Amino acid sequence: MKDLEFYKQERAQEWRNELRKSIKPKDRTSRERVEMLEQEALIRNSNFEEVNLGLSIEIAVSEAQRCLDCIDPTCIDGCPVNINIPKFIKKIEGEDFLGAAAVLKETNTLPAVCGRVCPQEKQCENSCFYTVKLNKPPVAIGYLERFAADYERNSGQVSIPEVAKGNNIKVAAVGAGPAALAWSADMTKLGYDVTVFEALHEIGGVLKYGIPEFRLPNGIIDFEIENLRKMGVKFETNFIVGRTKDFDTLRKEGFKAFFVGSGAGLPNFMNIPGENSINILSSNEFLTRVNLMGALRTEDADTPAPMGKTVVVIGGGNTAMDSVRTAKRLGAERSIIVYRRSKEEMPARIEEVKHAIEEGVEFMNLHNPIEYSADDQGFVRSMKLQKMELGEADASGRRRPVPIEGAIEEIDVNVVVVAVGVSPNPLVPSVLSDLEVTKWGTIVVNENNMQSSIEDIFAGGDIVRGGATVILAMGDGRKAAAGMHEYIKEKYLV
Amino acid sequence: MNKVIYKEFLSEKVARIVLEAPDIAQSRKPGHFVIIRVENKGERVPLTIADSDVQAGTITLIVQEVGVTSAKLVALNAGDYILDVVGPLGQATNIHKIGTILCAGGGVGIAPLFPIVKGFKEAGNRVITVLAARNKDLLILEEDMRKYSDEVVIMTDDGSYGRKGLVTEGLEEVLKREKVDESIVIGPAVMMKFAALTTKKYDVFTQASLNTIMVDGTGMCGACRITVGGETKFVCVDGPEFDAHQVDFDQMLQRLGAYKSAEVKAYEEYLASTNN
Ligand SMILES: Cc1cc2nc3c(=O)[nH]c(=O)nc-3n(C[C@H](O)[C@H](O)[C@H](O)COP(=O)(O)OP(=O)(O)OC[C@H]3O[C@@H](n4cnc5c(N)ncnc54)[C@H](O)[C@@H]3O)c2cc1C
Ligand SMILES: Cc1cc2nc3c(=O)[nH]c(=O)nc-3n(C[C@H](O)[C@H](O)[C@H](O)COP(=O)(O)OP(=O)(O)OC[C@H]3O[C@@H](n4cnc5c(N)ncnc54)[C@H](O)[C@@H]3O)c2cc1C
Ligand code: SF4
Ligand code: SF4
Ligand code: FES
Repeated sequence: MKDLEFYKQERAQEWRNELRKSIKPKDRTSRERVEMLEQEALIRNSNFEEVNLGLSIEIAVSEAQRCLDCIDPTCIDGCPVNINIPKFIKKIEGEDFLGAAAVLKETNTLPAVCGRVCPQEKQCENSCFYTVKLNKPPVAIGYLERFAADYERNSGQVSIPEVAKGNNIKVAAVGAGPAALAWSADMTKLGYDVTVFEALHEIGGVLKYGIPEFRLPNGIIDFEIENLRKMGVKFETNFIVGRTKDFDTLRKEGFKAFFVGSGAGLPNFMNIPGENSINILSSNEFLTRVNLMGALRTEDADTPAPMGKTVVVIGGGNTAMDSVRTAKRLGAERSIIVYRRSKEEMPARIEEVKHAIEEGVEFMNLHNPIEYSADDQGFVRSMKLQKMELGEADASGRRRPVPIEGAIEEIDVNVVVVAVGVSPNPLVPSVLSDLEVTKWGTIVVNENNMQSSIEDIFAGGDIVRGGATVILAMGDGRKAAAGMHEYIKEKYLV
Repeated sequence: MNKVIYKEFLSEKVARIVLEAPDIAQSRKPGHFVIIRVENKGERVPLTIADSDVQAGTITLIVQEVGVTSAKLVALNAGDYILDVVGPLGQATNIHKIGTILCAGGGVGIAPLFPIVKGFKEAGNRVITVLAARNKDLLILEEDMRKYSDEVVIMTDDGSYGRKGLVTEGLEEVLKREKVDESIVIGPAVMMKFAALTTKKYDVFTQASLNTIMVDGTGMCGACRITVGGETKFVCVDGPEFDAHQVDFDQMLQRLGAYKSAEVKAYEEYLASTNN
C-alpha cells in the first residue's frame, strides 16, 4: 500500500498549495481532455515515423491543469512503480518541466518509454479520480509523462543520476530488456560494478526487436542506454549466459549475484496442419527481421522479409497490432487481424487498436485458423478459418469463443504472422538444475525481493511473469535491485 | 568485434577462417555453431565451429560462398574484423563410444563433419568417413579427415577424384560390407535425404545435421523450424542434429527456398558491385 502520509506532506508544500488555489476545481474539471497530435492516418501507414507527435508546451500545461492534485491520489495505486503522479503533473502546471522529469525518474528509469507504451487505460488512468468518481475521461497521465521525459531529453540538460562511491562488488544481469535496464540503474546508483550481458547484438530486448519504431523510436532507447553507460553500466552484447560462459565461470570471475531478465521470447505456434509452410512466421521473426535487421525498410539491409498482397496476423494483443501495422507500412494491400474472440476482448492497448483501424487494417474477429494450404513450392496460399461465437464466461471472466459447427471460410493469403503469445525463455532454467520453475517454465521468486531458489540469483520481468508489460518488468528490476543489495550487504559487507 | 587471425582458400569458393573468440573457444563442443554478422547492415548467419584453439583463443570456421553474406565473409583477410560472433549455439553432438561409426559429408557439409569425426575417433571408435563433392577441386579437408578416420572413401560426381558416383553409393558399399553401429550425415538437404534413405535400408541409426535458415539462433523466432517425427522442432535449440529417419527433408528443402529469389538477386548485385 502506498504511504498516504508521505504524499500528504508532499502535497502540503507551498508551491503545490498555491498552484491548487490558482484555478477553481470546477474550472479544472470542465475542460476537455487533450487529444494527442498524430500523423495523418493515410500518410503514416506507409512510413515508420512515430505516429504520436507529442504535446506542445501550452497543451501540456493546460492538460496538467485538469489534474485536481487529489488528497488521496488514487492514480498512484494504478501505476506499478507508484510514480508520484500529482507531483510531476503539478511541476508541469508550474512550468518546471525538468523538475517534472526528475520526479518521474525517482521511480521510473525509462519514462519516455512508459509514456509511450504503458497500457495507461488499464493502469494509472483507470484509477484517476476522473475515471473513478467523475465518470469523465481521465487526466492524460501517459501523454504528460512522455511530454516531460521528451522535454528533458531535448533540453540537452539531462541529469545523470548520482552514483555512490564504487564498492567494487561485481554483479551481472542476464538479458538487456527493460527489467535488466531498471535493475542496472539502481545497482549502479548503489555503487556496484554492473555488467549487463545480452544475447543479441543490440541492447533493449523487446523494446528494440519487438516494438516498432512508429510506436517507440530506437533513438529514445539508445539515449537512455547511453545515460546508463555514463553512470558506469557495462554492456556486453553477443554474450549468452549459460552458453558463452556459464554461471559458475562468472562466479569464479567474481560476480557475487545475478539478475535474470531473460524475458519470454519463445514464440507459440498453433500446431495446425500446414503451419510450417513458407511465409508463415512468428511475430518475433517478422518483427525482428524488420525492426532489428532492417528488412524491407533499409535499402542496404541484407536480411530479407516476406511481403505480399494479403498479410494475415493471428492474435489480438500488442504484438499482433504491431505486426499488422508493420505489414501495412511495408505495402500489404490487405492487412488483416484474425482473432478468435470479439474486438472488445482483444488484450491490445486501446490506442493501438484505434490506430490500426484508422490505418486501414481489417479485422476478422470471432475467426480461428484451422488449416493452411501451400502451392507446390511450399508457399502458403490460403487458410481455412473456423467461425466462432461467444459462449459461457470462462475463468478469466471473458466469454469463451466456441466454434459454430460447419461455419468454415477459406481466404487467400500470401503471408501469415502468428502472434498467439510467447513462452518463457528456457535457456537459464535449462543450465541451472537447482532453479525452481513453475510448470509453465517461469522462474519462481520470493515476491518481496525477487530472489529465486538459488540464493545469488534474482529474477524479474517476463521470465517470472510470462508475458507482461514494460512497466511491470521495470518494477521487478527495481525490486530485485533492492533485494539483491540486502542480500549482498548481509553476506559480504557485515 | 572479432579479429580475423588467418584466412586461406581451401577451394575456389571455400575458405578456412580463424577468428579471435576466446570465450567461445573455451566453451564450445563438437556440433556447436555460432551466428555471425559481418557488418552493420549484414545478415545473421549460422556457421559450424569446425575447430578451436583454447590456448590461442580462436575458433575456426569453414565457409562456402553461396550468397552475399558468405561472399563478404570469405573476402576478409587476416587483420580484418567481423562485427558480431555469438555462441556456442545448438546442442553438442552426443559423442560416445559405440563401435563403428559411418560419417558422411557432402560439399561444405564436410566442414561441420570434421569436429565430429575427430570427436568420435578420440572417443575410441572405428571411424569410416565418406566424403563427396562435385569434383576434385571442391573436395575439402581430406588430409584432416584422414588423420582422424580409419578409412576414407571419396566420391566425386564426375569421377575426377576418388570413385565416380554419389555419396549414397559410398555409404552402401560400406554398409554392405560390415556392421555399422551408427551413422551421421551432413551436407546439402537432398544429399542428407538420400543418405538417410540408404542407412534406413540397413536399419542403422543415423543423425543428420540440419542447416535451415536462422535469424537469432536462440529459439526466439522459429525461422529454423522443421518437422521431425511429425512434431515441429527448432533446429537452433533442439538441434542441429536429429534422427535422420524422422526428418521431413522435403519440407526442409522447400523452406530453404523461402528467400531464394531475393537472395539470388542480392548476390548478383553484390558480384556486380565488387567487379567494378
Ligand atoms: C511486439 C511486442 C509489443 C509489446 N508492446 C507492449 C506495450 O505496448 N506495452 C507494454 O507495456 N508491453 C508491451 N510488450 C511486452 C513487453 O515488451 C515485455 O513485457 C517486456 O519487454 C519484458 O521485459 P523483460 O526485461 O522481462 O524481457 P525482454 O524485453 O524480453 O528482454 C529479455 C532479453 O534477454 C535476452 N536474453 C535471454 N536469455 C539470455 C541469456 N541467457 N543471456 C543473455 N541474454 C539473454 C534476450 O535476447 C532479450 O533481449 C510488447 C511485447 C512485444 C513482443
Ligand atoms: C547450424 C548450421 C551450421 C552451418 N554451418 C555452415 C558451415 O560450417 N559452413 C558453411 O559454409 N555454411 C554453413 N551453414 C550454412 C550457412 O549458414 C549458409 O550458407 C549461409 O547462411 C548463407 O548465407 P548467404 O547470405 O551467403 O547466402 P544466402 O543469400 O542466404 O543464400 C544463397 C543461396 O544458398 C541457398 N542457401 C541458403 N541457406 C542455405 C543453407 N543453410 N543450406 C543450403 N543452401 C542454402 C539459398 O537457397 C540461396 O539460393 C550452416 C547452417 C546452419 C543452420
Ligand atoms: S509508468 Fe505507466 S502506469 Fe505508471 S504513471 Fe507512467 S504511464 Fe502510468
Ligand atoms: S487521481 Fe487524477 S486528478 Fe487526482 S491526482 Fe491523480 S491524476 Fe490528478
Ligand atoms: S533461429 Fe530463431 S528460433 Fe531458431
